[in-house]
Amino acid sequence: MIHRTKAIALRSSALAAVAALGASGAFAQGVEVTIVSGAVGAAVANFDALVKPWEERTGNDAVLVPMPASTTDQFGQYRLWLAAQNGDIDLYQTDVIWAPQLAEHFVDLMPAAQEAGLIEQNFPSIIESQTVEGQLIAIPMFTDAPALYYRTDLLEKHGASVPTTWEELQQTAQTIQDAERAEGNSEIWGFVWQGNAYEGLTCDALEWIKSNGGGQIIEPDGTISVNNEQAAAALDMAAGWVGTISPEGVLAYQEEESRGLWQTGNAVFMRNWPYAYFLSNGADSAVAGKFDVAPLPAGSGEGAQSAATLGGWNMAVSKYSANQEVAIDLALYLGSAEAQKQRALNEGNLPTIQSLYEDPEILEAYPYFARWQEVFQTAVPRPSAPTQQNYNEVSTMFFTAVHSVISGEEDAATALEDLEADLEDLLQE
Amino acid sequence: MTTTVTAPGLRAARQETGLQQQRARAAFWFLAPMLLMLFFVAAWPLFRSIMFSFTDATANTIFNGQSEWVGFDNYLTWRVRDNGDIRWRGVLADPDWWNAVWNTVRFAFVSVTLETVLGLLVALVLNAEFKGRGFVRAAILIPWAIPTIVSARMWGWMLNDQFGIINDLLLQLNLIDSPIAWTARPDTAMIAVLIVDIWKTTPFMALLMLAGLQMIPRDMYESAKIDGIHPVKVFFRVTLPLLRPALMVAVIFRLLDALRIFDLIYVLTPRSEGTVTMSVLSYLNLQQFGDYGEGSAQSTLLFLIIAVFVVLYIWLGRVDLSGERS
Repeated sequence: MIHRTKAIALRSSALAAVAALGASGAFAQGVEVTIVSGAVGAAVANFDALVKPWEERTGNDAVLVPMPASTTDQFGQYRLWLAAQNGDIDLYQTDVIWAPQLAEHFVDLMPAAQEAGLIEQNFPSIIESQTVEGQLIAIPMFTDAPALYYRTDLLEKHGASVPTTWEELQQTAQTIQDAERAEGNSEIWGFVWQGNAYEGLTCDALEWIKSNGGGQIIEPDGTISVNNEQAAAALDMAAGWVGTISPEGVLAYQEEESRGLWQTGNAVFMRNWPYAYFLSNGADSAVAGKFDVAPLPAGSGEGAQSAATLGGWNMAVSKYSANQEVAIDLALYLGSAEAQKQRALNEGNLPTIQSLYEDPEILEAYPYFARWQEVFQTAVPRPSAPTQQNYNEVSTMFFTAVHSVISGEEDAATALEDLEADLEDLLQE
Repeated sequence: MTTTVTAPGLRAARQETGLQQQRARAAFWFLAPMLLMLFFVAAWPLFRSIMFSFTDATANTIFNGQSEWVGFDNYLTWRVRDNGDIRWRGVLADPDWWNAVWNTVRFAFVSVTLETVLGLLVALVLNAEFKGRGFVRAAILIPWAIPTIVSARMWGWMLNDQFGIINDLLLQLNLIDSPIAWTARPDTAMIAVLIVDIWKTTPFMALLMLAGLQMIPRDMYESAKIDGIHPVKVFFRVTLPLLRPALMVAVIFRLLDALRIFDLIYVLTPRSEGTVTMSVLSYLNLQQFGDYGEGSAQSTLLFLIIAVFVVLYIWLGRVDLSGERS
């Protein structure tokens, strides 16, 4: 499955071009570097076109090794390779939450990124998420934050406005669902989201709790804050949706299942990542042109405000790579405005470089990008920085507890109390 | 006794033992490459994971040898909390582990029982002479030939609550009023897993038992027929006792398989408390949390539990695995 579009003729002409321009005299040429990355959406198909300008400029060769789409499965494999100091892979595409866990295996990219001017071009919060003890672990390539998708046609038909609080969302969803069902649209549901017990539920539940003023599970200073009344209220609220405005099956839904229900026109609201916007407007979509996005609703308690879990992908260079200089150069290119723009236009990924949100070409192709700037204002990180090596286990404990609440096995107060004790055991060992 | 042995007889016996020793030596050298291979692919990894289970190894220390010996801490230990409470920790004190053990045993028992009964029925049908028997025999193996990941995914969509065909069928037949979220609900998740596993593995059981059925001499049935014995009695008095050795071996194969089930559950109902098994739990610790100490402790316990089941089974069923009695 390794992609090579490299023809010898192409490479030699590229070499000639480089020699003529004298562009990158400092670097070795004709080196092959490998990038490992989850194969999601259009990423594999677009890869060759994406790295072509870099290959032509430097005379080197970039080869993609695609991996499964599930980030948890990728993580397990990468960690083993890195622990074994495997030198076969030069660059790793990393999830936003991995930096603290894998920091010791990656090259510090701070000096190179500073020199290339990437630090000031990026959103500061994203750079911060990839910085561990002053070292830049990975260069941001694109970012992700979920939004509330809503059906403009249905809201208009029933005279409803876009909800700004969860309570409003619940009422609007219930009203429209009831009215539509009374009209014979028996398959309609009010709100779909991701309730399966997996990393995605950590994202969803973090938003409910944070937006209700219930903190962010573990605060940046390491305090375990999850056991509080506002957090419990947020989870009880979500548990109340199951079977009323959301189908029971939502307890097994990941992103694609909720998009399936939404895109067949059977949901009024959906919580999902930006990739769904692109696909929901596709030719085969029943909701094309009938929807829009807004920031996720806020809760009702003290300190309640809209919250969106920060996602996104970055490029890290392995310490065990034999071609570090070339790999760093490629990482810088992949994080540059040029490559981010190419990816935005061809894959619909949100750039991490602020100026690209005002780029006329991008805005013309994707007018909705402008709306995500608003979403980023409320982005909240998952607690990967304070939990470090334990993040995956913390996240699993959290989503397991949340899942037991939303599936009605436990009430939120008990579940969060037990969770707090378990987290203490884990983190205070 | 020795006094009765005559001189030539003694010589012959001595020659025979010499020959036997020679043959044993030759046999050893023929087996040596295989034994060596088994040592590297079976004994060594097993030994390593048992070793890891007594250390605090993590994904970052398994290769550089920096992990430390912690004795039985991964299995059972305790910690006094600030408020004086004693918290028991370790796999043996972990309710999730015992839940997984219960799930695994429950799954293994129900699935193997149903697969044996259904497999026997299918084998009996296939053993009868009818037109197109070869085709049916091949066709019935299809579910077993499909990779588990693929069948788990396929059934995942079929069991989907909104657009799954199973719910659609049940609704159309008026058996249920509203769609069931099979894989999502804790009480139906195990049923969903059982349905898929039985669908997938019954052909395998049927095939093993069909082989056993074909070993039964035809003339036994003929004499039973001449004596006018009722077919049901023939089944219980002739077929079943003669099929028993094949049946017992088939069951032990399936039992070993069922006790270490991983792929189907990991794909169909990931992380559902109602279905998580010992292998899934151990995988999560090893691969996703990087906790090699605890993960290896779970693997070791899984190994011991399977060993206990097999020993019990062989002992209770007096299964003749070596083939010496037949």
